[in-house]
Amino acid sequence: MRWGVFKMETILTHNQLSLEKSRPGRRGVRFETAQKPASAYLPEGYLRRTAPKLPELSEFETVRHFTRLSELNYCLDGEFYPLGSCTMKYNPKAYELLSSLDGFTQMHPFAPESAVQGTLKMMYDFQELLKKVTGLAAFTLQPAAGAQGELTGILTARAYHDARKDFKRTEVIVPDTAHGTNPATANMAGYTVINIKSAADGCVDKGALQNALSDKTAVVMLTVPNTVGLFEKDIREIADMVHKAGALFYLDGANFNALAGLVKPADLGADLMHLNVHKSFAAPHGGGGPGAGPVGAAAHVAPFLPKPIVECKNGKYTLSGKMSKSLGKMKAFYGNVAVCLRGYCYLRQFDDNTFKEIAENAVLNANYVRAALKGKFNAFFDCACMHECVLSIHPAEMNGVHTSDIAKRLLDYGFYAPTIYFPLIVPEAMMVEPTETESKQMLDAFVAVMEKIYNEIQTEPQTVKDAPHSQCVCRIDEVSAAREPNLRW
Amino acid sequence: MFIPHTSQDREEMLQKIGVSSVKELLSKIPQELLYPALGLPKALTEQELSAHVRALAARNQPLKNFIGAGVYEHFIPAAVGALSSRGEFLTAYTPYQAEASQGTLQTIYEFQSCVCSLFDMDVATASHYDGATALAEAALACLRITGRKEILISAALHPHYKEVLKTYVRHQEGVRVKESPVGADGTLDLDALSKNLSDKTACFVLATPNFLGCLERADEVSARVHQAGALLTALVNPVSLGVVQTPGSYNADFAVAEGQPLGNAMNFGGPGLGIMTAKKMYMRQLPGRIVGIAKDKNGRRAFVLTLQAREQHIRREKASSNICSNEALCALNAVIYLTLLGPKGLQEVAGLNLERAHQLADLVSKIPGFKVKFTAPFFNEFVVECPIPAKQVIKKLAKKGISAGYALGADFKGLENCLLVCATETKTAADLQAYADALGGI
Repeated sequence: MRWGVFKMETILTHNQLSLEKSRPGRRGVRFETAQKPASAYLPEGYLRRTAPKLPELSEFETVRHFTRLSELNYCLDGEFYPLGSCTMKYNPKAYELLSSLDGFTQMHPFAPESAVQGTLKMMYDFQELLKKVTGLAAFTLQPAAGAQGELTGILTARAYHDARKDFKRTEVIVPDTAHGTNPATANMAGYTVINIKSAADGCVDKGALQNALSDKTAVVMLTVPNTVGLFEKDIREIADMVHKAGALFYLDGANFNALAGLVKPADLGADLMHLNVHKSFAAPHGGGGPGAGPVGAAAHVAPFLPKPIVECKNGKYTLSGKMSKSLGKMKAFYGNVAVCLRGYCYLRQFDDNTFKEIAENAVLNANYVRAALKGKFNAFFDCACMHECVLSIHPAEMNGVHTSDIAKRLLDYGFYAPTIYFPLIVPEAMMVEPTETESKQMLDAFVAVMEKIYNEIQTEPQTVKDAPHSQCVCRIDEVSAAREPNLRW
Repeated sequence: MFIPHTSQDREEMLQKIGVSSVKELLSKIPQELLYPALGLPKALTEQELSAHVRALAARNQPLKNFIGAGVYEHFIPAAVGALSSRGEFLTAYTPYQAEASQGTLQTIYEFQSCVCSLFDMDVATASHYDGATALAEAALACLRITGRKEILISAALHPHYKEVLKTYVRHQEGVRVKESPVGADGTLDLDALSKNLSDKTACFVLATPNFLGCLERADEVSARVHQAGALLTALVNPVSLGVVQTPGSYNADFAVAEGQPLGNAMNFGGPGLGIMTAKKMYMRQLPGRIVGIAKDKNGRRAFVLTLQAREQHIRREKASSNICSNEALCALNAVIYLTLLGPKGLQEVAGLNLERAHQLADLVSKIPGFKVKFTAPFFNEFVVECPIPAKQVIKKLAKKGISAGYALGADFKGLENCLLVCATETKTAADLQAYADALGGI
């Protein structure tokens, strides 16, 4: 969106690499020099032979290089990001400031526990808050992201079954609307994945589920609301079916933003679930991480969670609990603590009355967009949605324009694109999740732009097909990168 | 306070939707479960939150840190945080819409380029959760590539890494993890290694420096591993590579690292930065995101996520890993750090680490009753044998404002009196002397 810059491109060479800007001998930071060369301390055979080819820039050039690059990004602070399933809600600035306090950042994970009571108390209290909002019995903060949370949950389930010597359970059931991480996770945990088709209404087909369930079923993974943005209307019946088969019920918490304060996952029958601190609890996405994916468990499964979990004994916080049934460790140390700190800050800013407003307004915003676009871009399932709506188009009725074209054209109007071509059961899907932090004006602007694009599709479809026209690069041929991969300079 | 709607906005929106209340939109939720009591504490204003969280931070005690053991305290130039905390980087999503994400994509490409050069390896991924999971995923790739079932690891691998590796491979059918012992000098017993290697070995996991701080004879290890037809996965300290031989130089097939020392704060151990590199021939076996160069329709250079046919959103249960979100912002910190330092700065930092650790080792070895346990070469960490249990030393030094090190007794039998001590460039000559004085005074 920095139009002027790109028109000057031949002069400014905006996408030159730092290595291309390098000049031998330049540097951005100086350290004192060691008294002796490395060879005074290490035998010859242990030494590096040639220096690495790293950029050589002054500090100022480095600052300018990365500032320029940052300007080539769309970001939530600058643009509306209606990415379905990603919950791009506002990331409060206070949490960035507070999580960067030396008192937190300078703590070593192996420092004596007496010296890190502040951090441990925060972690303990965060665990407690997560228990309150989900109704689950215990939480581990160890998983680094949602997908690792899923793996943690499935391995916890496996440890549970194994402890009961119930070794015949080798299958994980996943609906066809699931995020790709669900089946990939089940496979990593050594399970066979059983995919079941959804019913015509976008929800779980109970008959298909019943047919798939058996004494071989270890876990059923379900996203609630599901990825078409609908609440599973039969969820409690589904939970009963799962439990009756002796399996565990895993709730993928990627869409917890739609449940926050409205309903406790434990009340829906969840045995295990992960939460995405970087989605539901307002930690920033950082261009793809770090996130945090705490996993909660019902009482009967809790002993199998990874260790350690922060405990409080006589007012002292400790990581030294025994947890003899624990599955082990998922990650070195104790989780993405700095991300959890942001989530802790977020939860401390709500009480019972205000917490439910998150989901209520997320649902309101999604339904508003759905209703406002109706007639031009229709929701695939014509009913009230939760926090996101999934639109679908027929290219044949759109002068050959595809969803990917609309996504790129949105960039020209200063909007990031929705999640596209997901879920897989919806043809030409556009998944719009506005989140509760967007104003009505912003939603109106988005709707107006979508209508404008709709009109363009009727009158000048090629403009849409050729989009984007405003970015520092034109439409990228993504396949060209995989043909002869260039992955480094 | 994060929800902008006025009551008028809400009315208009409900009207457009055609319902009279939000509750009407929630009809599919079992109504008896709606709006449960949560028992959340009083909501804090930003001002209250700030005071509360600052008080929590103040409950932590800033001890002078001499612990390494997988997380390292280094000086981070101000420009690193100033740049990576820009909203344009911080609040962007995974760069799926490449045209509107060229900034993030180019920084990842530059990260991959810097890492490849630093490690002397062909390809690097965009990042993993941390060093331990990068190692586990590299081992999984080795199992897939070789079709063999045994992962041989150094007994002197970080204890957390051992546990994570075991968690990750536990349910792979027929797979076992076996340890190869270290000898009296703190490095691998090479004869034992040769005996442990067989035609069942998928890979050997070499840690250098190992968890005892010792640098391994990597060339010799590599030759023996490859002779057995196994792959070599090396775990290294990225800062050490400013002066220490590279994984590429000893023909590692995969090389992984905890990248935290490159411009990321310790943060009580998380987030970390998993670095994963490999030889080019294993490119399509790598888990997680990779950025490559593509062309736009006018033939101009552009950056994109590539080789996505390996990934979960395309391949689902057949993907090489389930990883989705990684540690992009930590990788950004690392590439800014490396750009600021350049080859010369990195060499300086590595040289200082080497020197400070050796100076501290000299000081400690002069204290009666204390000795440097192992004779092998080391980088910025070494083991001190104390006259009393290491745990007691840690307690006593904590009272003097010093984090003395990591007590090895819980992980290594017979090393109950041993302390793993680290000195980076952050420790001045006076700090080193203060440490030695405190140790001598217990």
